[in-house]
Parts: sequence; structure tokens; C-alpha cells
Amino acid sequence: MTMPAVNPEKQKRERFVYQDDDIIEKRFNWAQLSRLAIYIKPYARQLVPLLVLMMVLGTVTKLLVPLLLGLAIDEVSGASPSYNKLWTYSGLIAALFVIQWGAGHLRIRYTNMIGQRVIYDLRAHLFQHIQKLSFRFFDKRPAGSVLVRVTNDVNSLQDLFTNGVVNLLIDCVQLVGIIAILLTLNVKLGLAIMVTVPVMFVLTTAVRRRIRRAWQDVRMKQSRINSHLNESIQGIRVTQAYTQEKENMAYFDHMNTENRKAWDRASMLNQAFNPLIEITAGIGMFILFFYGAYLIQSHELSVGLLLAFITYVGNFWEPINRLGLMYSQLLVAMASSERIFEFLDEQPTVAEKKQASELPPIRGDVSFRDVVFEYEPGRPALRGVSLEVKAGQTIALVGHTGSGKSTFINLLCRFYDPVSGEVLIDGTDIRDVSIHSLRSQVGIVMQDTFIFSGTIRENIRFGKLDATDQEIEEAAKTVGAHDFIVKMPNGYDTQVEERGNVLSMGQRQLISFARALLADPRILILDEATASIDTETEVKIQSALKKLLAGRTSFIIAHRLSTIRNADQIVVLNHGRIVEQGNHDELMRYGGEYHGLIQAQYRFLEEIS
Amino acid sequence: MFPLTMLNCLKITNNSGGLRSDQRASERGTLDMGVFKQLSRFYWPGKLKYLILISVVCLAIATALGLVQPYLLKYLVDEVVLEGNYGQVPFVALAVLAIVAVKSLFGFFHGFSGGRLGNLVAYNLRKALYEKLQFLSFQYYDKARTGDLMSRLTGDLDAIRQFIGFGFAQLLNLFFMVGFGAAMMLSMSWKLMLITLVTMPFLVFAAFRFEAKVHPAFREIRKSMSDLTTAVQENISGVRTVKSFAREPFEVEKFSYRNDQFRESVIGTSLIQAKYFPVMELLANLSVVILLAAGGMLVIRKEMTPGELMAFFSLIWYIIGPLFGLGFHINNFTQSKAAGERVLEVLNQYIHVKDSPKAVELKAEEAQGHVQFENVTFAYPEHGPALYDFSVDAKPGSVIGLLGPTGSGKSTVIQLLLRAYNVKQGQIKFDGKDIRELTIESLRRNIAVVFQETFLFSSTIRDNIAYGRRDVSMDRIIEAAKLAKAHDFISELPLGYDTVVGERGLGLSGGQKQRIAIARAILQNPKVLILDDATSAVDMETEHEIQQGLREVMKGRTTFIIAHRISSLKHADEIIVLDEGRTIQRDTHQELLQQSGRYLDTYLIQYSDHPDIASGKLMKREVANG
Repeated sequence: MTMPAVNPEKQKRERFVYQDDDIIEKRFNWAQLSRLAIYIKPYARQLVPLLVLMMVLGTVTKLLVPLLLGLAIDEVSGASPSYNKLWTYSGLIAALFVIQWGAGHLRIRYTNMIGQRVIYDLRAHLFQHIQKLSFRFFDKRPAGSVLVRVTNDVNSLQDLFTNGVVNLLIDCVQLVGIIAILLTLNVKLGLAIMVTVPVMFVLTTAVRRRIRRAWQDVRMKQSRINSHLNESIQGIRVTQAYTQEKENMAYFDHMNTENRKAWDRASMLNQAFNPLIEITAGIGMFILFFYGAYLIQSHELSVGLLLAFITYVGNFWEPINRLGLMYSQLLVAMASSERIFEFLDEQPTVAEKKQASELPPIRGDVSFRDVVFEYEPGRPALRGVSLEVKAGQTIALVGHTGSGKSTFINLLCRFYDPVSGEVLIDGTDIRDVSIHSLRSQVGIVMQDTFIFSGTIRENIRFGKLDATDQEIEEAAKTVGAHDFIVKMPNGYDTQVEERGNVLSMGQRQLISFARALLADPRILILDEATASIDTETEVKIQSALKKLLAGRTSFIIAHRLSTIRNADQIVVLNHGRIVEQGNHDELMRYGGEYHGLIQAQYRFLEEIS
Repeated sequence: MFPLTMLNCLKITNNSGGLRSDQRASERGTLDMGVFKQLSRFYWPGKLKYLILISVVCLAIATALGLVQPYLLKYLVDEVVLEGNYGQVPFVALAVLAIVAVKSLFGFFHGFSGGRLGNLVAYNLRKALYEKLQFLSFQYYDKARTGDLMSRLTGDLDAIRQFIGFGFAQLLNLFFMVGFGAAMMLSMSWKLMLITLVTMPFLVFAAFRFEAKVHPAFREIRKSMSDLTTAVQENISGVRTVKSFAREPFEVEKFSYRNDQFRESVIGTSLIQAKYFPVMELLANLSVVILLAAGGMLVIRKEMTPGELMAFFSLIWYIIGPLFGLGFHINNFTQSKAAGERVLEVLNQYIHVKDSPKAVELKAEEAQGHVQFENVTFAYPEHGPALYDFSVDAKPGSVIGLLGPTGSGKSTVIQLLLRAYNVKQGQIKFDGKDIRELTIESLRRNIAVVFQETFLFSSTIRDNIAYGRRDVSMDRIIEAAKLAKAHDFISELPLGYDTVVGERGLGLSGGQKQRIAIARAILQNPKVLILDDATSAVDMETEHEIQQGLREVMKGRTTFIIAHRISSLKHADEIIVLDEGRTIQRDTHQELLQQSGRYLDTYLIQYSDHPDIASGKLMKREVANG
């Protein structure tokens, strides 16, 4: 069968594949908005009324100024002007400005205090909820997508909760206020001007919709570019070793051009927006000049009030424009809040019972009774596993990838609940006890140790939060980590990072052993804990391991036979079933799968020597 | 919360860059105002300079036209209403509309050309940066941090786009507005102008104070946001660890602290805004009051017409408006200058490894794959030597094994062969020619590497294997995958070879990634094959299978194998044991087992699982040694 060759032109375009981000905005949704509003509730009594007061005060004073100015001008340009009245008007206006200053100051303060507290609460709620969720939740999502919810999505609500809501109110008050004043001052002129309002409304919403879409396109293209840039920097060694620089440049140029075109489109629409508003406002001004002068002629309007009108009309489009902006903001907030609520609605699959008791100190008897488990319906990972383990025993789990070794351990830690059957520790079903009391007595060392950013000391202390420095050093000495730690520039206080290369794989592993030892678990699990360690380090760890295992029930998944051989029980798993069980000698005599595995390894090694 | 543009400018402040500080310092001295001069090749050539011209001229015209409306108002009041010439009303009103239309048209032209300009500048810069990044040598990437480079390519680039496209014209316009406005006021009443503008200096002062204060505050916000992000990110990446120690309460506490810090820093910033914004507004408003009092007096005394006073009310915002933003614009300028510096730093980066003028091409058809290292000593910049006096003669088709602990110099050997760095002492030859006399591209095309850290691109498995080869048939891709023992697991995937992998794609295990990388190297059909710990993440059985596949591939090629496991090295024609850059043992597997030393020690540890084999070997050795 001959398959077609990769089309070069197509490859140039689709050399890399970047998935686009989640949809940036959603349709307006009242249910979600009211759900968001719940977060304002705690502050509804004390701070919100103050805020509303300040806001109304600020807006009303602002609205009164042009009117007073107009009256003052009429006064001075009138037939018998009075200095006193001029001073009174000036003083009054000055007083209004001072009130406006105070109200503005408090308004900004309260707005941010409320808004930031709401954001804090929402973020805290979300994070705490995520902590409760089970492995199944994390299994199906890349870490980045969870992170984005807690950071970016919450941040994008920040605007809504601070300025958004307040501005909405201010704008409404301002709009209504202006209309009321204009109609009161002069009904005819007021009505004539009002003609421009719907025009403006329609224009802004229509144009803004197109602008919004254009910027969405920009963001999408930008995020593709960013993905590619990030990747091309990280993979530069491969690119250079395979001399793909020029091909990449051709690919990038296409991407870069697309991005520029999207930007051009968006910025053109953006630039078209203001002229449209200005021209509409110009029409308003035309009506004012034309009809205003006519009204002055017929003595229905004064010159000063014409100035007031001009100022009000000038202030008109500002709230309308901002309301349009606010709407766009709301749509973005809809998408973010939908993603946040999606997480908040997730229920932990491993839930604690209401009447869950504390698990008393573990002796270490473990039994699996006919345990069945599947990660996805229809694809069983364990198909009825039963096993009895006495306190203090060391159990080695052996089998190919996918045989169910790790699943066995995941169920023992209650990272998942079995579909049927039960897991008992000291005769108690682990579903009947609190998760914390269970996991704090079960320790696990994994192949890919996680190092938190912080000092080495803090990383070890993670195993026991109230450990003294002395206890930490003891633990490090026991597992043989002390020597390399004291050689580091700042010893135990050396800063390490998740991905930093301060520590080698082996050193990370030693730290995680120290962490586990410090936690002093009654049941210890080593899941391929030594797989990524080089030969010399592993020899050092072997003796640490013995100390770690002493006096505890332990489960070991490992490739190295020397570790497996000494186990009290070796459990051979195959496709989710226990196929053999016994110690090394028994299983070798039995001549089954374990024997076969050992023989296979022998053969490779024999070939070498 | 805060203006986006402001944030964008702020984004760029804390990149310290991956370069030596002395280099930066020397650049800073000469760059000062020259940054934009150096960047001129991105905004001046061809039609670009006309775009700048159009943008600035149109903005100036729009600004000037803005002054006409207050003038028309004055005219309407003084000449039409007060004089009773109502017949002129339609003309004045139409003039208002016409002026607004023309003004907004020019405003649009300014925005349009500014936008085009900025986008073209961003395009040109990004293109130049990308090309530079493709060719910068390993030496640069050893120190560069991805995050830092990314912020130069995104945040810094946008700051430059914004400034050249708009910021620059707006900064100029500031002077136009103040100048035009003041001139017009002057033409009506110089006394009133002076009195009105009495609060200006205070306003300017407040604007600058505000910028000075709010700037560090924004930096604080960014820092606490990044702390918060780190906390969440680590919590999620380390979720297994967190849950297995039942440390959720501890994590919540840690998070709450950071969450609180973030909230406080945002509130802190808003308090600065709460203090300054209303004050600045008050200062501006006070000049309105002063204008009313003083201007009203002048009107009563008939030293001024009512129309003039009304025009003054419009004009005053012409002058005050820009002053509000003065601090911001100045800041914008310094920020984009700094952004320009950081971008130039990358563009001016020296490329260490490049073709010599007389470099010749190494033709694939003629290449033999004869690799010689002759007394090579090499040190990474600012480090002690990583490799001392290293020599090897790898005949075409031979296999060289390299063994040693981390940092012993194994990877250095292969990086030097790839000419990722230049050798200063000793020389490396390919088919008898010093590799510095060959073009880099042709040298690398004859070598295929499987790196220790596997990197897969966000692309289909097929394209990842075909990386570097366009004209390749699906059959050959499958053949390579089969040899790398990758075909079976790939076929089991729902989309097979069309499965997208990489950062956002399907997660593959370390061993699976390595097998794809091996297939990629096999497909290259190189004369020299390098396997740098290429099977570390696969289990022993799979490794054995891969090796059987590779043995076929290695026929007729020179191969370098770096490995921890003795089992990977045993077939090598020569095994070199390195320690801290020095060659401590070299021989074949069989011979090395006869000598006491590092190789035998490693062997014994690795075979301690099978004492019978190991002791059998030892006995043989004792017999041999008598």
C-alpha cells in the first residue's frame, strides 16, 4: 500500500498545529449574572449604600455645573449685571466642585474596596473548590487550563466588579439627568437634540460588534503566534540540528502576515468608530446652533442656556459610548464566568461521607476485596482484585505497563473509588473514614517528584508541617541527602524551583524520600521511585530504602529485581487481574509469568556479557 | 480597573534579560536617544516614512480644526445673536457640521495611517527577531530564558508598535493642542489667559507625581499576580503530591496569603488613584471657576464679549486635557524606549557560530561519515573546561559509546560535532576536513541527533517524524517508526499518525516521545547518527527491541551512543568512559570488563540483580588474569 507523499505546500502552512483558545465571549445570560451578584451580597449592607451615595452625589453635582455656568453667563451678559450674583455663582460652582472632589475620592476608594474583595472571595472560593476535586477532574485537563481559570478568567471579571457596575450606574444617572435637564430647560430644543440619541445608539452598537469580532480575530491569531514562538524557542536545538531554520521562517512569515492583516482590520474599524460618533455629535451641534439661534431670536432661550446645552450635549455621547463598551465587557465576562462556574459545579468524585470518622492510627493490615475499577466506562483497569496484606509486609507489584499496578495504588490512597468491591485498612472500609485521616497516614514517593519553589528545607517540611529544623536534617541524613544539601551554596536554605536545574533528578528523588520519611506514614508506597536515577545514586538510595521500609506496610512498583526479590509477597498483575502471588523463590519454582519476565531480562543481559 | 495601554507598557519593566550586565551597561551609554535611530530601519524605509508624515500632519490638522468650533460659537453669540444678524445662522450651523466632518475625516486618516504604520513596524520587527532567533547559537540559548524572550517578542514589541503608531504622534499633538489653544486664547484676552492658567503648574506637578507613584505600584501588582500564578500553577502541577500528603489546607492557606497580597496591592494602587484623580480634576475645575469669576468681571466691564467668554470655556479643556495625560505620555515614551533597547539587544546579538567565507558544502552523496576529534579541549563560556584533550577516530560505519555521570562531558562531545559551539583548542574533522571549513547547514544535514530531552512540536506525529524532510512518503515514515518501535503504539491511537502531539496535544509518555524522536532521526538517513541517552525513559524490554531495530539502521553509518546503561553500549566498537571532562578509560566492552575501573564498577552495580551472570563474568576475569 502506497500512501501519498506529504504535500510540500500544505506542509508549509500546516507544519504546526495550534488549537485556538476557548471562545472569548458568550451571549448575555441573566442567570449567570445573578449568580455573580451573590458575591456582592456580603458587602451589600455596609459598603454598597455608601458607594451609591457617593456616586449619585458626584454625578448630580457634575450635572448642575453647566446649568449654573449658563445662568452666570446670562447674568453677566444681561442688561443689569450684578457682581454679587457673579460671586455667588462662582462660589456655588466652586462648592460643587469641592463636593465632587470628595465624592470622587470616596467613590474610587469604595469601588475598589468592594470590587477587590469580591474578586478575592470568588478566587478563594474557586481555589478551595478545586482543592476538593478528585483525580478524575485533573486527569482530563492540562494544568494550564485549570490555571487560566483561577488567574485570567477571574481577572477578567475584575473590571466588571470594580468600574463596570459603578460606571453603569453613573452613566445611567448621567444620561437620565441630562435628558431631564434638557427637557426642563427647553422642551423644544431638548426634543430636537434627542433625535441624535437613537442614531448614536444604533451606530455604536453596530460598529462595536464588528470591532469586537475583529479584535477577537486578532487575539486568536496572536495566541497562535505566541504558541509558535514559545515552541520554536524551546525546540530551537532540534530545529538547528535538523537545519529547519529557513523552512520555519517561511512558515512564520505566513503566520506573521495573517496577524498583521487581522491587526490592520481591527485597527481600521477601531479608528472608524470615533469619526462616526463625532459626526453624529456634529449633527447634534448643528441642530443646537440652528434651532438654538432661532429660539434665542424668538426669546425662548438665553445665550447662557445655549452654552449649557452645548456642554450637556458634549457630555451626552460619553455615557452612551461607555454603555456600549460596558456591553462588550459584559460579554467577555459571561465567557469567563461560565468557565468559572463550570468548575464550581464540578463535584468531587471521591466524596467524603457526612458521618465519616477519623481513621485511628494505622496498624497496617490492608485488604482488597474483589475490587473492580475503570477509568472510563467499558475499559476496566482492575477486574476483581483480592489481596490480603499483613501489617509490616513489603509487597512488590509486578507487571507490564497498563497491567493495573498504579491503579492498585491509586485506589489504596483513595484517589479514586472502586466501581465495586472494597478496600479495607485494619478492617475499616476506607470510604467510611475522612480522606485527610487516611492520606496523612499513607505516604507515596513517585517517579516524577514534584519540587515546589522555595527552599530545600521547606520542600522537605512539606511532609510534616510542624517539623523542627533538626528533624528535617535527621530525615535528610537518613536517606543520604544531607551531604549534597550542605554542599549547596545556601545549604538547606537554597532556593529551588519547579523546573530549575539546581537539582538533578536523583537529588530531587532523595528530597522526596526525606519528605516521605518525615511524614512517617504507616503505609508507604514507592511508585517507580528509583526509575529516573542513575546507577551510582541508586546504590546510595538502596540503603536509605531499607530504613524507610522498616516497620511499615509497604507497596513497591519497580523494575529493579534486587528490590523486588526481597519483598514478602510479589504480586504479578496482568490486564487488571492478579495472575501470580508469592515470594521470589516460590514464583520462580512455579515457572509462570514472573519466571518468564525474569528469564527475559536474563536473556538480554546474557547477550551482553 | 486601569487603562490597558498603561498595563501593556508596564508589562515590560522587569525583564532583566539573559545577558551579561557589562554588555548592557556599555550599550545603554551609547543607546540613550539612539534607540529609535537604530530602529529606524523598521519604520523609515519605503512608504513607511510617508505613513508617519500623513499621520502627524492629519493629526495636527484635526487638532487645529477643533479650535474652529469655539470660534464659531463666539461668532454666533457676538456677531449673530447680539448683533441680530439671524440671517447668518444657517451658514454658521452648516459650518459647524462641515468642520466636524472634515475634522473627523482627518482624525480617521491619522488613526488609519498610524495603525498601518504600527502594524507594519510590528510585522517587520517580529520577522527580524524570528530570523535572528533561528540562527542564534546554542551559546545564546544556554543562558536565555524562554519567558524573557517571549516578553520581548510580545510585550516589548507591542509597546514599540503603540509608540511608533500612535504614542509619538500624540506626544507631538500635546504640544499642538496647548500651543494652538493658548494662541487662540491670547488672541482674545491675554489677561484672562494668564489668570485662567494659574492652576496649570500645579496640575502638571500633580500629573508627574501621580505617574511617579503609580508606576511602582503597578509593578507591585504585577509581582503579586505572578506570585499568585506560581502558587496556583505549582499546586495544580503538584496535585498528586499535595493530595497524597493531604496538604490541601496548607495549600489553601498559602494561596490565601498570596490572594490577599494581590488584593492589597490592587487596592493600594487604587488608593493612589483615589487620591490623585479627584485632585487633578479639582485643579482643572478650579480654573473653570477662576475663568467664570475673572471672565465674568471682564464681561460686566465690557472689556470682553460674552461670546469670547463662552469660547474660553471650550478652549480651557483644550489645554487642560493634554496636561492630564502629560505624565502618562512621557512615561509611555521612556517605556517604549526601554522596550526598544530590549528588542535591539536581541537583534544585535552576536552569532557565534557561522559559516566562514571560504566554507565549502559537504555533499550528501560524497559524505563518508569519518569523524575525528583531535585533542579537543573545550570550556563553556564562564565555566571551567568541560572536555579535556579529547580524541577519537570514528571510522565510517563504526559505533562509539560514551559513558559517564552527569556533567562528565558526554553531551559536549556531540554538541561540538554538531558545531553548536566553536572549538578553540584542537580540531574536529568530518571526512578529513575541519568542520569549520564546511557550511553549517551541509554539516548538520549529514548528522541526525536524538537529544536527551525529547522535544516534540505541536504537530501531527507524522509531521514530527518528517521534521526536516518534506518530500517523504508515508511508507518511509512508517518504516522509520517501525524501526524505532513506535509504529505499534501510534497505530493504536484513534487518529494514528495524524494525532496531534506537543504541548497542547496528546500527552505521550517519556518513552513514547523518545521513540518518535528516534524515528525522526532514522528518517533523516544521515551519515552520522547520534543517540544522546535516547532510550533512558523506556523500559529494558523495549530498549532491547529498539536496539535491535537500530542495529539495522546503524549499518553503514557512524554512530555515537551516550547511555547510562551498559546494555546500550555493549556493541560499540569503542567505549569511552568520561569523568569531569577527562577520558579515563577507552576500549571495547569485552576488554573493559577485564580491567578494574569505572566501567566494571558500573557493570557490577547494574548486574547485581543477576549475581550469577556478574560473578560468572568476574570469575572469567580472574581466570584470565591468572
